[in-house]
Amino acid sequence: MDEKTLIAKRVALELRPGNLVNLGIGLPTMVASHLPAGVNVFFQSENGIVGMAPVPEPGAENEDLSDAGGSPIGAVPGAASFDSAMSFGLIRGGHLDVTVLGGLQIDEEGRLANWMVPGKMVPGMGGAMDLVSGAKRVIVAMQHSAKGTPKIVKRCELPLTSVRRVDLIVTELAVIEPTDKGLVLREVAPGVTVADVLAQTGAELIVPSAVPTMPVAA
Amino acid sequence: MSKVRKLEDTVAMIPDGAVLMIGGFMGVGTPPHLIDELLRQNKRGLTVIANDTARPAVGIGRLIAAKAVRKVIASHIGTNPETQRQMIAGETEVELVPQGTLAERVRAGGFGLGGVLTPTGVGTVVEDGKQRIELDGTVYLLEKALKADFALIAAKRADYLGNLEYALTARNFNPLMAMAAGTVIAEAEDIVPVGVIPPDSVVTPNVLVDCLVAKEHRHG
Repeated sequence: MDEKTLIAKRVALELRPGNLVNLGIGLPTMVASHLPAGVNVFFQSENGIVGMAPVPEPGAENEDLSDAGGSPIGAVPGAASFDSAMSFGLIRGGHLDVTVLGGLQIDEEGRLANWMVPGKMVPGMGGAMDLVSGAKRVIVAMQHSAKGTPKIVKRCELPLTSVRRVDLIVTELAVIEPTDKGLVLREVAPGVTVADVLAQTGAELIVPSAVPTMPVAA
Repeated sequence: MSKVRKLEDTVAMIPDGAVLMIGGFMGVGTPPHLIDELLRQNKRGLTVIANDTARPAVGIGRLIAAKAVRKVIASHIGTNPETQRQMIAGETEVELVPQGTLAERVRAGGFGLGGVLTPTGVGTVVEDGKQRIELDGTVYLLEKALKADFALIAAKRADYLGNLEYALTARNFNPLMAMAAGTVIAEAEDIVPVGVIPPDSVVTPNVLVDCLVAKEHRHG
């Protein structure tokens, strides 16, 4: 199993039946393909739909139905569409159960930076700031390091997306929970040791006496 | 009584330097013929308020590529390298606004409010230059309302009075913008006789719409 699939599968275990879930572009989108059996959730796309689904078959694209990246999608029976104010009312108003987002950096206080690299990449924040500020639960799904440089750091050098503490970080090496006391190492990936995780993390991790292996089937 | 106008006459009302709100999300729900005509009439110095600038060859991205735009207020320009290039080169001014905040600023403009209080952006660079207000223990930013000279709207269906219906995710910012501009120009895929669209299905009431152009079909 490749790293991204492992991350997506582990994140999928966090979703509960009936949740309203918003998945970011890229790796987080893969979570939709790995839902455990029997877990039916509604996916929101912030451009204005609850109940997004893959395009049912080639040729069934509808020019009025796309995801937040502009790519064609489908909709499940029972889907609903609405304007952008309603869409962000769902996000900001405490109606969104889970958002899964990518990350560039996360610091010891669990604060996420994921929207720009000054001087290099200024795409704009899109819906990310509202999602992190407003969702009931924020899960960051990302690779542990970027070309060998740790992405989990003492303090973010990149501009923050929000000062809100995220709820869970899932990487190909570990599951880490930001808490009042700091970043707690909750799980390690199959075949990964606590020492491996510490070596690739740029922040202090609290390591409980027992750290179980991620419950992810190969 | 019909608000249907010729495309060229409608767009000719828009002067160089006008402030435009343009509906759409990555081009979906952006009025294509109104964009074509802005380009054909070689408008210059526009301010565009929109969710994004799509891609260089799509929707609002075409206005950027043609250097028709002086200033962009948007939530996302990451899919359009040309917007980023113009911003970095100082050719086009770009104000980035969180998407939910942008929607609320437009809504406030149309609903007669001076602005909104939002927790989004507190403690980030978005807070720079803004008033921070604490209410009942929560910190908010005061985000001011946005208004425009013209709103360019895409609808699925209109009647001849200008009642509008939208389709799926092509709705996005369109109904909000139809409230927030001095003159509202709507491009509809179909234009149907008055009475065909049931009152419960109308999202934008006709009194908000000044001019209509047809994208595809006119019926009746």
